[in-house]
Amino acid sequence: MSKEKLVLIGNGMAGVRTLEELLELAPERYEISVFGAEPYGNYNRILLSPVLAGEKTINDIMLNDEQWYRDNQITLHKGKKVVEVNRARRQVIAEDGTVAPYDRLLLATGSNPFIIPVPGHELSGVVSFRDIQDVNAMLTASRQQRRAVVIGGGLLGLEAANGLLKQGMEVSVVHLLDTLMERQLDQPAAMLLKSSLEQRGLKFLMGAQTAAIIGDDRVRGVRFKDGSEVEADLVVMAVGIRPNAELAKKIVLHCERGVLVNATMQTYDPRVYAVGECVQHRGTSYGLVAPLFEQAKVCANHLAGFGYSRYRGSVTSTKLKVTGIDLFSAGNYVGGEGCEDIVYKDPGHGVYKKLVLKDNKIEGAVLYGDTVDGAWYFQLMRDGTDVSDIRAGLLFGQAHLGDSGHGGQNAVAMMADSAEICGCNGVCKGAIVKAITEKGLFTLDDVRAHTKASASCGSCTGLVEQLLANTVGDYSASPKEKPMCGCTDHTHEKVRKVIGEQHLTSIRAVMDFCEWRSADGCAKCRPALNYYLIAAWPNEVQDDYQSRFINERAHANIQKDGTYSVVPRIWGGVTTPAELRAIAEVADKYKVPTVKITGGQRIDLLGVKKEDLPRMWGDLNRAGFVSGHAYGKSLRTVKTCVGSEWCRFGTQDSTGLGIKIEKMTWGSWTPHKFKIAVSGCPRNCAEATIKDYGVVCVDSGYELHVGGNGGIKVRVTDLLCKVQTEEEVMEYCGAFMQVYREEAQYLERTAPWIERVGLSYVKQRVVEDAAGRRELYKRFLESQQLAQVDPWAERAEHGVDRHEFVPLKQVAQ
Amino acid sequence: MESWLEVGKLDEIPRLGARVVRTLHGDVAVFRAGDDQVFALDDRCPHKGGPLSQGIVYGHSVACPLHNWCIELNSGCAVAPDQGQARSHPVKVEDGVVYLQLAGARAAR
Ligand SMILES: Cc1cc2nc3c(=O)[nH]c(=O)nc-3n(C[C@H](O)[C@H](O)[C@H](O)COP(=O)(O)OP(=O)(O)OC[C@H]3O[C@@H](n4cnc5c(N)ncnc54)[C@H](O)[C@@H]3O)c2cc1C
Ligand code: HEM
Ligand code: SF4
Ligand code: FES
Repeated sequence: MSKEKLVLIGNGMAGVRTLEELLELAPERYEISVFGAEPYGNYNRILLSPVLAGEKTINDIMLNDEQWYRDNQITLHKGKKVVEVNRARRQVIAEDGTVAPYDRLLLATGSNPFIIPVPGHELSGVVSFRDIQDVNAMLTASRQQRRAVVIGGGLLGLEAANGLLKQGMEVSVVHLLDTLMERQLDQPAAMLLKSSLEQRGLKFLMGAQTAAIIGDDRVRGVRFKDGSEVEADLVVMAVGIRPNAELAKKIVLHCERGVLVNATMQTYDPRVYAVGECVQHRGTSYGLVAPLFEQAKVCANHLAGFGYSRYRGSVTSTKLKVTGIDLFSAGNYVGGEGCEDIVYKDPGHGVYKKLVLKDNKIEGAVLYGDTVDGAWYFQLMRDGTDVSDIRAGLLFGQAHLGDSGHGGQNAVAMMADSAEICGCNGVCKGAIVKAITEKGLFTLDDVRAHTKASASCGSCTGLVEQLLANTVGDYSASPKEKPMCGCTDHTHEKVRKVIGEQHLTSIRAVMDFCEWRSADGCAKCRPALNYYLIAAWPNEVQDDYQSRFINERAHANIQKDGTYSVVPRIWGGVTTPAELRAIAEVADKYKVPTVKITGGQRIDLLGVKKEDLPRMWGDLNRAGFVSGHAYGKSLRTVKTCVGSEWCRFGTQDSTGLGIKIEKMTWGSWTPHKFKIAVSGCPRNCAEATIKDYGVVCVDSGYELHVGGNGGIKVRVTDLLCKVQTEEEVMEYCGAFMQVYREEAQYLERTAPWIERVGLSYVKQRVVEDAAGRRELYKRFLESQQLAQVDPWAERAEHGVDRHEFVPLKQVAQ
Repeated sequence: MESWLEVGKLDEIPRLGARVVRTLHGDVAVFRAGDDQVFALDDRCPHKGGPLSQGIVYGHSVACPLHNWCIELNSGCAVAPDQGQARSHPVKVEDGVVYLQLAGARAAR
């Protein structure tokens, strides 16, 4: 049987990206041919700006050379413009008469630069800024001519002007309005931008309306409405783009400004799909690559016959690609009714930051001079996070909230190639840039997969995003909703909701109900699903051990050489000589190579062989110990200080209270590890203010703090409230843990969870709503009745999961 | 003329899990996928030697417990972009009994 035929019209970024995605999904499905009006393979249009500025060459920006088309058996008709499509016969006809039949057609014709129809606009020496031909024309002119006028002070115009200036021309930018880049910048940011561009040598004619371009057959100058003139040897029109729906209109596909498509990227003719700038989706046409790539992904999914993906529109942000100027803009940056602005200005250092808030959420942002937090604000904006609690420090950036580890280093462009970007995986700047350019990477996920940078703790994500932006351009938009993993399109929240509403009690049931795409999920979704099920239906769900990470399966921490560590529970960090003796004996008996005191006031026995674990646990059980859960996404330890029992400063019995809390909370599974501490006075020797739940005793009662952690991003707790009695400390603790268990995403610690949902929300649930708090506490205690079974005893005495610890067989070969 | 070694019953390996066969040349991990197909690989991740038998099994892959590389069970190859290969060994199941052939165990050392 012969393959179906797919024809792509428009050999540009969106169309070819669709083909790439399609080849991943269904490499054999189609016989593909591509028509492109431009006489080149597929190139990265974004990087035309650095080419013009002399920072890159045309060769540097090729994405798919002709060999790529050959390798994938794609017929490339380059330099052939399609002029007609016969939809009845299903044929595409090019200018030179080439005819190609199709079963499916993909339109990706991009946009056309808008040319103001003033007299003289057709003179030689008037160019737009859209493709390689335009750039070549400008480069040639810059070698022979002196004076350039760029009409349009938007993103494209300024990038063109900067490039021509770099090529040695005298450049004036003509702008109709009084502020530059008015679609991305407010006035103060635009002023800063203008003065810094002026310092570089650009001239500006603001509020100037072009009336005519003058010249005989070559351009000589530009005349304005008020009669004034400037001389020019080159005029660049960069006043905007229009979706190129010319062909679509001609073949009577339903169009408005662009080609209309539905959420599957299908046009009104079901055989014809469209992606890219030529498209209009829910009234919007996009002019940035990131949303177009999202469209490409969806379209490929349907072309491949999978049929489940939907395009729901995108949120976008912009940066200006002029080396040395840092500028970021997203969302509604102007404000308006019901909005508030918060502004940071330091003109001396050329820094300006403005956030627009509405209902305590970020609506938009403009950053000038210091854009390192752009990605973070954009994230908060997309997540709709309530920022009222971090508002006071918001403009100082994420670092101010404790995102440490990079020594305040932020201007990634200034960093040396050897500078380490990802401290976890030891990846330096040079390696990342090399991977981006050589392997043609576009997205953060690509970079993570190929270099491992930012793949572990993620604290360098912002830096990697900047590197991507500086290297290939700006791709920082992302889907409005993030699916759990590649096996599904559903978000964590959606899946949890379904588990509750449909009363699903097994991983299989969830996968069937949500139509999981893989037979048995992956290493990302299965542990999450297992946790969500246990948290939702503790009485009914059978814990699926094969979906747990090894540490939770083996009830010990795997070490880098495949041995394990054993940490017995020492309640509140208080022990006895008899217990210590028992531990010492166990350590001797099993020849434990290392014995170490942990940061959480426990004793760690490191280097234990897996098959020794059950017997060792048995010995520890007999001495009265249970598992310390030092390995789990669960309560780890309750750290205490000596408190009023001994300490001359102590205000309350912090030790006793810590032990009570630990007896209540041990054994509970949580989305991520959970640490508690109790300090006997504000000197805070137990470091309670960097714990998930921290109690600081004071003379009049107890301060309750939440959402702290040490680690890569040290985060100090937020004060939840103050209470009077130990009983309240316990109740608030159980309730707080329970909301976190029920609502945070799997592998999300309390700190990012609180930053995402906002402290006010947590206060509302745990402090203000007293009845709700008691309900939460009750649910917590109920689920604890089932959870507080010592996993060690089960395995040591009752042979649970024996297969986990002994080899299947020992052979003499 | 490699011989088939009987190593145990299929039921002794948890579905979506693995067991270890201890040999003179190191551990071999015997995996059982969700569809009951069985695979055997050296229990050493091509990255930094993590014990693959301890990873999470899904489809015909396993995620290494140490740094989460994904290894294909039938070839032992790391899934791109990671690169490397764990040696694989022939296995078969007959009447619920698992048999293993130690591929090139002698040649290896
Ligand atoms: C200088 C410059 C800088 C930019 N900077 C950024 C940036 O920093 N960040 C960002 O996100 N975006 C940026 N963009 C925008 C980005 O490049 C576009 O959004 C993207 O290229 C659009 O992709 P597309 O496939 O829809 O269109 P295109 O890439 O334009 O591809 C359309 C192709 O179709 C061809 N074609 C049209 N009609 C026909 C026909 N009838 N037959 C055959 N072929 C046809 C055209 O010749 C063209 O090659 C920039 C654009 C320019 C010009
Ligand atoms: C105002 C400052 C502080 C004062 C006056 C103070 C005083 C004390 C006192 C009197 C003790 C009891 C010692 C004992 O008899 O066992 C103590 C214990 C301790 N302090 Fe501090 N302290 C202060 C700050 C800190 C800080 C900031 C830390 C760590 C971040 C810290 C860590 C400890 C530790 C780990 C203990 C032992 C607690 C235990 O395990 O019982 N202290 N401190
Ligand atoms: S926190 Fe206060 S009570 Fe506890 S040990 Fe330190 S000084 Fe003493
Ligand atoms: S050892 Fe397997 S991923 Fe690192």
